[in-house]
Amino acid sequence: MSIIYLLLAISVAVALLFFVAFVISVKNGQYDDTYTPSVRMLFEDEIVKKKPQIATKTNEKTQMTDQLK
Amino acid sequence: MDVCFHCGDKCTTTTIKHQDHSFCCYGCKTVFDILNENDLSYYYELETSPGSIPSKFDGKFDYLKNEKIAQKLLEFDELSTKIVSFVIPSIHCSSCIWILENLNKLNPDIKTTHVNFPKKELRISFSSEKLTLHQLVLLLCKIGYEPYISLNDSDDKTPVINRSLIYKLGVAGFAFGNIMFLSFPEYFEVSEFWLDRYKPVFRWLILIFSIPVAFYSGSDYLISAYKSIRSKLLNIDVPIAIGILVLFFRSAIEIAMDWGSGFLDSMAGLVFFLLIGKFFQQQTYAFLSFERDYKSYFPIAVTRLIKDTISKDKRETHEEQAQVYDLVAGDRIIIRNNELIPVDGVLIRGTVLIDYSFVTGEAELVSKQPGDSLFAGGRQQSGVIEMEVLKSVEQSYLTQLWSNEIFSKNSASRFQTLTDQISKRFTMSILGIATLATLFWVIYNPSEALTVFTAVLIVACPCAIALAAPFTLGNLLRIFGIHKCYVKNSGVIEQLANIDTVVFDKTGTLTTNHKNVITYEGIQLTEEEQSLLTSTLRASNHPLSRSLYHLLQEHHIHTLDDFQEEVGQGIVGVLNQNKIKVGSYAFVSSDPSKFISTTQNQTSVHISTNDTYKGCYIFFNEYREGMQKVFQSLAKDCKLAVLSGDNEGEKHHLKEMLPLHTELIFNQKPIDKLNYIKTLQAKSRNVLMVGDGLNDAGALAQSDVGLVISENINVFSPACDGILEATRFKDIPAFIFLSQKGKKIIMYAFIFSLCYNLIGLGFAVSGHLKPIVAAILMPLSSISIVLFTSIYTYILGRKFKLKNN
Repeated sequence: MSIIYLLLAISVAVALLFFVAFVISVKNGQYDDTYTPSVRMLFEDEIVKKKPQIATKTNEKTQMTDQLK
Repeated sequence: MDVCFHCGDKCTTTTIKHQDHSFCCYGCKTVFDILNENDLSYYYELETSPGSIPSKFDGKFDYLKNEKIAQKLLEFDELSTKIVSFVIPSIHCSSCIWILENLNKLNPDIKTTHVNFPKKELRISFSSEKLTLHQLVLLLCKIGYEPYISLNDSDDKTPVINRSLIYKLGVAGFAFGNIMFLSFPEYFEVSEFWLDRYKPVFRWLILIFSIPVAFYSGSDYLISAYKSIRSKLLNIDVPIAIGILVLFFRSAIEIAMDWGSGFLDSMAGLVFFLLIGKFFQQQTYAFLSFERDYKSYFPIAVTRLIKDTISKDKRETHEEQAQVYDLVAGDRIIIRNNELIPVDGVLIRGTVLIDYSFVTGEAELVSKQPGDSLFAGGRQQSGVIEMEVLKSVEQSYLTQLWSNEIFSKNSASRFQTLTDQISKRFTMSILGIATLATLFWVIYNPSEALTVFTAVLIVACPCAIALAAPFTLGNLLRIFGIHKCYVKNSGVIEQLANIDTVVFDKTGTLTTNHKNVITYEGIQLTEEEQSLLTSTLRASNHPLSRSLYHLLQEHHIHTLDDFQEEVGQGIVGVLNQNKIKVGSYAFVSSDPSKFISTTQNQTSVHISTNDTYKGCYIFFNEYREGMQKVFQSLAKDCKLAVLSGDNEGEKHHLKEMLPLHTELIFNQKPIDKLNYIKTLQAKSRNVLMVGDGLNDAGALAQSDVGLVISENINVFSPACDGILEATRFKDIPAFIFLSQKGKKIIMYAFIFSLCYNLIGLGFAVSGHLKPIVAAILMPLSSISIVLFTSIYTYILGRKFKLKNN
């Protein structure tokens, strides 16, 4: 039954590991804004367009961005 | 009527059809085109009509071209990358988040953008080689997301984010879970050999886990209790601190001496639940600021004239953008149409029509002559003027309002929350019962005495009391917010329940700028005269002309032969030999000595055709919808008053509409309003002040609860306890009623928790308190109180919605 020492040590170590991860994520600002990620998650992914079309698109884009400047 | 595809407004004046959609103006259509051509039409798929009409911004952000000013706004400026944060009030839905985080599609020099929705902030990281800050801001304005930049942003304060509550909550939760897990073997009380052998291991582990809980997570309570005892008050943190300390030390001694397992699971649970309550109560409206002072109102920079002294012959001046803080006496500055005057000064050149309603409460525009002094805070309404600075920003008449001591005093110290009142009695009675029980057991069976003393202190759970208020008020705060009343914190709702006097400001609070009720008195005008009048009004830019024109719009418009405008006097229009004069009585009439006294103090516009006086249009203030009902329902329990910075012109009108004993006082300067509230408070009345402008700032701070009525919550409002959207003015009595109900719920919750405490005390006094009993009782009481308050406030919220929507 002395195995229980090892079991307790491992479980406490795992718990501490998660606690450290929690502290790091708070420090990085994860909990400063708890609302926006819930909205961001629901946006759809962009479809990557095929190459030939990109060449013409960039031409149009530079025209458009010139207009905006 | 078509609805604009971009902004959702009805297309009243013009409808533009483009690509199967209707738009209300070219601004909206332009934004649609920009987004479409850059592959951003997903913007319209997320929400219906997510946009807003892009506002005109020509020249408004020119000061960003000035390197020094731009530098103050940047958060980071290294190599070729710059990072800047803007507050963008028009962020309101998921489409806004999407488009702002995809901004790099509009301009590849923008690297990353990050939206903080609750704060309505946008953080942009961009490459500074090709893109300047000025261009970036213009891009944002073009798509309808204009940032709000004020003098406040030029202060070099870095905001300190306080995350300590989350850390403490995390430690408490982590430790609580592990302690419960380790306590399990002891709960079952089975006398088994192996369980008994390893008991010490488990107990010591539990003790180690509970040290950070008691001294780090509980530190707020311990420190607050110590401070409270030192100042001879007994707030709710005192019984909590006593509970935590007794729990910890008794359990530590029991474990060390091997007498028992202690109550550390209850202690960890207690701290954990309390911190959750604190976290819940902490929620605020991050995008609204309740602490605004003049720095958020004034612009960051102004156009200054510099004399070019290079060439001696020509005295040329060129314009530069200067920070408002850099202005000194003697500088010449230019104020454009619709801009704020940031400093006290003297008018040099230009026609002046200033709107001071926000600052002094005067509803009429003020006109001045060159050489007159101009005060800071007004908004120029008629073209460009040049003025000379007399005093710097900090010395102007307006900022001296804020040097009044009321703004530095912490008025929260006056009010004792319900929880603190109860806690005083609770602590005293618990200590009393504990002492009595101990005395009894000292006589009866001394070995049990200390056990009973500590047991009483442990079981008398202030937990339920400490949780009742946060959850009730937190829920009420949320309900208030759903109905467009944004309150600073939950303490305000408790204070609102104690109100017995309500003071209203007039201009902007009771009156709305939107519609003007206009009546005509005099000889009826002929068709020809009407059309001449409308054509003349159309040519003028004066706000009164525009309102009047709006009213008479249907008549035929002709091009005038001649048009002249004399600022402050009136306008003259000539067509086909007919001449019409519109304006003040002195300007219009051929005999200025005959002055009709009834129209004195009322905004009126007189008309004369071909030098014959015809009549006048009188403009009445339009009062808010439901104003009479609000006053009537408040008059039943509260004393009412109306304080106005305006003249007495509306006195009769108001006397007719409002209940009999309402006090009406006019010509109040900001300091007079503050003093009136002081005198009311000296008679120990609890005052609610309802205002809107800077002239109410002192009164709002002095009163027990200060409420600001706002037509547009994204725009500046002075420091207050709550912001109410103007459309919900009629709900003011309902909000006060709701907060009174909330106070009752807290009382019921206290009584409820008393029952739990009595049961627990029964166990403790008789010496039968086992750890498991405490471990069950404490969470049970806390959860049931939370459920009770949540359900009750939910029901209240539903009733409110049904009655007031």
